[in-house]
Amino acid sequence: MADIMLRVSLGILAIAALLTLFRVIRGPTLPDRVVALDLFGILIAGFTVVNAAATGLSFFLDVALVIALLSFVGTIGYSRYIEVAERT
Amino acid sequence: MIELIAGVLVLAGSGLAMLAAVGVLRLPDVFTRMQASTKASTLGLGMMLGGLVILHPDAEMVIRAVSIIAFLMLTAAVSAHVIARAAARTGSPLWIGTHVDERPIEESEEAGRVVS
Repeated sequence: MADIMLRVSLGILAIAALLTLFRVIRGPTLPDRVVALDLFGILIAGFTVVNAAATGLSFFLDVALVIALLSFVGTIGYSRYIEVAERT
Repeated sequence: MIELIAGVLVLAGSGLAMLAAVGVLRLPDVFTRMQASTKASTLGLGMMLGGLVILHPDAEMVIRAVSIIAFLMLTAAVSAHVIARAAARTGSPLWIGTHVDERPIEESEEAGRVVS
């Protein structure tokens, strides 16, 4: 029962990642793309969390923590780049 | 029964992530898109981790899940604030239905309003 639910939630996460990637491609301004990339990183962390729940292996959670950390640092870097590039 | 509760939690979390993705796709403005993304994604990942902890109540799982939730609660607010500041300073266009714009007048006239 829980196995089927985990598979269905993996499918839902895949559709959500596709919609987010569409916004990354289409987004009219640079902050739109940064917001969508931030959400995409969190969705990938969600993939690994559901995978850890399906397999019972705990190192997938380390992977999820590292992906969330990289997404956060990337967001901060992009925002800094947007502000500095506007000022000069 | 416990498996059912865990599955429902994981499904609800992925449904919230889906809502965040639809909000990012459909909302008209950077700031509205940002509020859809940050709130729903944080709560969605938190519910997925809650389902994982209910399904596998080991010490290693619980410690890692709690640390991921704490990290997300810390960083979601910071990254939303930083993106919003960058978007507001570079004159990102607002939705035409925005009523209150508290920026100084020259900045907000420079930014303009768009229909989208």
